[in-house]
Amino acid sequence: MKQFLASFLAVMVLALSAPMTALAQSGPLRIEITEGVVEPLPYAVPNFVAESAGAQELAQQIARVVAEDLTGTGLFREVPREAHISQITSFGSPVQFADWKAINAQALITGAVSQEGGRVVVKFRVWDVFAGTELGQGMQFAGTPEGWRRMAHKVADQVYSRITGESGYFDSRVVFVSESGPKDQRSKRLAVMDYDGANLQYLTGGNALVLAPRFSDDGQRVLYTSYETGLPRVHVLEVGTVQSRILQGQDGVMSFAPRFAPNGQTVVYSLTQGSNTDIWAMDIAGGGTRQLTSAPSIETAPSYSPDGSQIVFESDRSGTQQLYVMSANGGEARRISFGQGRYSTPVWSPRGDMIAFTKQNAGRFHIGVMRTDGSEERLLTASFLDEGPTWAPNGRVIMFARETQGAQGSSSLYTVDISGRNLKRVRTPEGASDPSWGPLQ
Amino acid sequence: MRLSAKITILVAGLALSACTNANRFDNGAVDLNAATGQAGGIVPGSASDPSSPAYFQQTVGDRVLFAVDQSTLGPQAQATLDGQVQWLRTNVDYNAVIEGHADEQGTRAYNLALGARRANAVMEYLVSQGIPSNRLRFVSYGKERPIEICSEEACYAKNRRAVTIISAGLTS
Repeated sequence: MKQFLASFLAVMVLALSAPMTALAQSGPLRIEITEGVVEPLPYAVPNFVAESAGAQELAQQIARVVAEDLTGTGLFREVPREAHISQITSFGSPVQFADWKAINAQALITGAVSQEGGRVVVKFRVWDVFAGTELGQGMQFAGTPEGWRRMAHKVADQVYSRITGESGYFDSRVVFVSESGPKDQRSKRLAVMDYDGANLQYLTGGNALVLAPRFSDDGQRVLYTSYETGLPRVHVLEVGTVQSRILQGQDGVMSFAPRFAPNGQTVVYSLTQGSNTDIWAMDIAGGGTRQLTSAPSIETAPSYSPDGSQIVFESDRSGTQQLYVMSANGGEARRISFGQGRYSTPVWSPRGDMIAFTKQNAGRFHIGVMRTDGSEERLLTASFLDEGPTWAPNGRVIMFARETQGAQGSSSLYTVDISGRNLKRVRTPEGASDPSWGPLQ
Repeated sequence: MRLSAKITILVAGLALSACTNANRFDNGAVDLNAATGQAGGIVPGSASDPSSPAYFQQTVGDRVLFAVDQSTLGPQAQATLDGQVQWLRTNVDYNAVIEGHADEQGTRAYNLALGARRANAVMEYLVSQGIPSNRLRFVSYGKERPIEICSEEACYAKNRRAVTIISAGLTS
């Protein structure tokens, strides 16, 4: 992966023959991602043109992944290839807009792939079919053949961003717990994969029980809880080298539920002393610790606001689990959840405007979102056991784990829009839980 | 007619699950029935040897159960723990690790903290009855190590537990 990153060239704007056009401001080719979006935007993505011998297969695969990304959002609908009238045989040829209008493709994505030795170049253009103009400028990405999916995701992120006006989330990874075996003999391993389940890599063996990995904001490190020493303790792992170490701190004491501060220097986590669990912060380099809560109740699941100034967490100080917000330095906390049931696992959105949570009420589990002051609560899912939301880098989609009921029950990852639409299962080879969505790469 | 058929199936089902439980509990240790069959000839280290961890587990009782979301020790739990105290007082060469557990109806981090509360409640009780705290440790597994896997209260009740695991005493 490192090698790939090193050879990943900067995005280059192509100076091709097509004239530069202004971005469509409010024309037909624009999706406002609001609760009102119901009708997906029809688009066409013909096979990319192979511009070198042997690039045929990659050209097809890349176009397919672009389509999977876009259609997977629920905001776009692909016009099937069988319906296409025009064929794109050359990346530079003029687009026959009438042919794409006739099949009601509002957006058209054309692309080309060339491969020379260990270097693949992908270029693409996005067209506003009904306006008869290009949307944005042509771009190209270069990388290794193994990195072809990332290049496809980058193309899709560009398309998504140009049409919605928001950043995408396709070129991102998820760290999670891969599960195997029945409930009473479950083996758990840390794993990382692309957001769509591809390129899965295991980060730990199955010997020690591991829980709740959390990406740093730069995606380079992962905090997690491991029973390697017999007690649950917070560990930190470098993703590039897959080397991990136990965080310093008190020996013989349980620590868990860690999360990085946005600066990557501080870690917040829960520490159990006697019957009491409180939230602590640690300087990751120096190892110095600071106690942030000091109630006799359970304080856990801390998560920073994106500016690092506040922490949302759960506490049962009122008698049941509820959500609270306090300064990142600790001190007085303000309760923000007041609805029916129990609230837990709060996570601040990357935009800073919302908090996602798990809610238990009347024997059901829900994933929900609320404003940071607790208003406008909205439940997105309901099942026997939904748990542990994590935000897509653009704050528009949430991934979580759903465990099914009964002796044969197992856990899988799902995504859902913050509107509650487009619930989808994420492909994983085994059971999966505790997802943490990393940054856009 | 149909009713009695149902009852038969139910009984068969119970017998079957009881059987599975025994295997899971015993962990390959000595069969209780076999032990009672050979009364008189105590096999050291077996469940018939009152100074064995197997005896502690099977006869004294190694676990106490909790109500939903609670870590309070009821009268039955205290009676079991009084037995554990007696055994630990007699068998001073052994230490114990108390494992706290929760059922699956809760989120992961909270259940870890809840399991710790339960294990700590047991530890504090044992210490209050005179067992030195340096012979005791606790750990919580939250909802990670259920012994019963159905998603009904019958199983949940057995999973909300604190189990005292006897280990060889090498306390420094």
